[in-house]
Amino acid sequence: MRYMLLMTGTCAGVDHYRAWSEKDIQAHFAYLQKLNRELTGSGEFVATAPLAPPQQALTVRAGKDGAPVTDGVFPESKEFLLGYWIVDVDCPERACAIAARLSAGPGPGGVPTNMPIEVRQVMTARTADLT
Amino acid sequence: MTPLDPAAGHLLRDLAPQVLGAVIRRYRDFSAAEDAVQEALFAAALQWPQQGIPENPRAWLIQVASRRMTDHIRAESARRRRETEVALDAAAQLAPPPDAAADPAEDDTLVLLFMCCHPALTPASAIALTLRAVGGLTTAEIARAFLVPEATMAQRISRAKAAIKSSGVPFSLPAAGERAQRLAAVLHVLYLVFNEGYVATAGTQVLRPDLSTEAIRLARALHRLLPQDAEVAGLLTLLLLTDSRRAARTGPGEELIPLDRQDRALWDRAAISEGIALLTAALSRGAAGPYQIQAAIAAVHAEAARAEETDWPQILALYELLLRMSDNPMVALNRAIAAAMVHGPAAGLALLDALDRDPRLAGHHRLPAVRAHLLEMLGDRVAAIRHYESAADLTLSLPERNYLITRAARLRSPTPNP
Repeated sequence: MRYMLLMTGTCAGVDHYRAWSEKDIQAHFAYLQKLNRELTGSGEFVATAPLAPPQQALTVRAGKDGAPVTDGVFPESKEFLLGYWIVDVDCPERACAIAARLSAGPGPGGVPTNMPIEVRQVMTARTADLT
Repeated sequence: MTPLDPAAGHLLRDLAPQVLGAVIRRYRDFSAAEDAVQEALFAAALQWPQQGIPENPRAWLIQVASRRMTDHIRAESARRRRETEVALDAAAQLAPPPDAAADPAEDDTLVLLFMCCHPALTPASAIALTLRAVGGLTTAEIARAFLVPEATMAQRISRAKAAIKSSGVPFSLPAAGERAQRLAAVLHVLYLVFNEGYVATAGTQVLRPDLSTEAIRLARALHRLLPQDAEVAGLLTLLLLTDSRRAARTGPGEELIPLDRQDRALWDRAAISEGIALLTAALSRGAAGPYQIQAAIAAVHAEAARAEETDWPQILALYELLLRMSDNPMVALNRAIAAAMVHGPAAGLALLDALDRDPRLAGHHRLPAVRAHLLEMLGDRVAAIRHYESAADLTLSLPERNYLITRAARLRSPTPNP
């Protein structure tokens, strides 16, 4: 079963993270890289994508004639998707365990960030059992 | 690179497990032998289109794989110098000169299937290893079939090999006492491979190997090896008959079409005839097992020229037989549908009420989906809509969810059904 693990945060949260020391940032990246390698090693890794910072985010709606109308001004409290992981695991508990590992990534001074990770199951194209 | 023509490709993949068996017998190292055979298959795919298929393709592959094994042992020796002479000696003693090619024509496919589908492996590992070692698919192909990165699939395969090694499964047929149970595990893995490929896409993913077709190919090979086994024939029939409906089960927008609305002219008659002939022969051999009964149910559907002509009393009797063999809530759900078709929707709904307390169905979408169908049959539109919607919230299958919400929307619309 596949799960998408979503990491979300606000612009303020991202600003806060940018103020970390070089050592803290490096420790955080190393932690995530090690986790990705571990997930490949366990045969569970499917995909991950970090997203460019929310300061660059735009929302688009179709205007007249379907032409894009963009909006880039958001309230400070708006939650943005920062990145995601897709894992292929044997049980929901394992997806939660991986999410907890993501949440435990080190912040300043090695203290876990404890970021909330949203856990969502990915739908399949498979259909009912045979009979 | 000129690609192999399809016939040569089939030949290569049919030979893969036989070649692997021969190499394992010589070198006694399943994991390394499996890698060596993959390299030999790759070499054949490169060389045969240019140089033609060798006179004895099996001996050619064994020779190339054996050379790879010797290289592997030499490479290992760089790290483990002390062991090298022993290993090379043993290899030389075990292996006849490669050009002699006097291998017995024994077929190790069955031994390999038992090994790769060993209960010590998780289903995901067993499936991956079976497709590679027995099916002759490359890691990249298996990864594409499962939509995971190649590195992830490579790790699954090497973990599966490690699990086989640590469980100490010998390269031999299981003992008589555990044979039935081990064969059931093999059949289950093939069934899972088929299910994995049973997706509602109309061939848009050309690069993705078709796992349903692969499962049928492996089930055919197993049936050739065990022609007297009625459950093997039953599984092969079940897969053939299910697959025969492939062209009819989705519409132009890839939407699911339920059995009673399928255009039966699209069903694959050749697959149906083959399946029914197999099943008839299998059923004549005595007590039927669960795959034969499921195949018999599929055959009853296949034999009805129109949905209204379906012999539902026969299907109901078969589900009751199946339910006596194994206490499976999915079978109980299907029995409720059959009972509704024979005795009316109220009878089916009464059977569902008993299933509400089954913890194995708690939160499963099939229970509200079946209830919605039966309520629709009964004419209780409001309740049917509610259950279709709750089923749509629970299913993880996108085509099924779309089907369920469409069905609910149709009931909500004021215009009558076309």
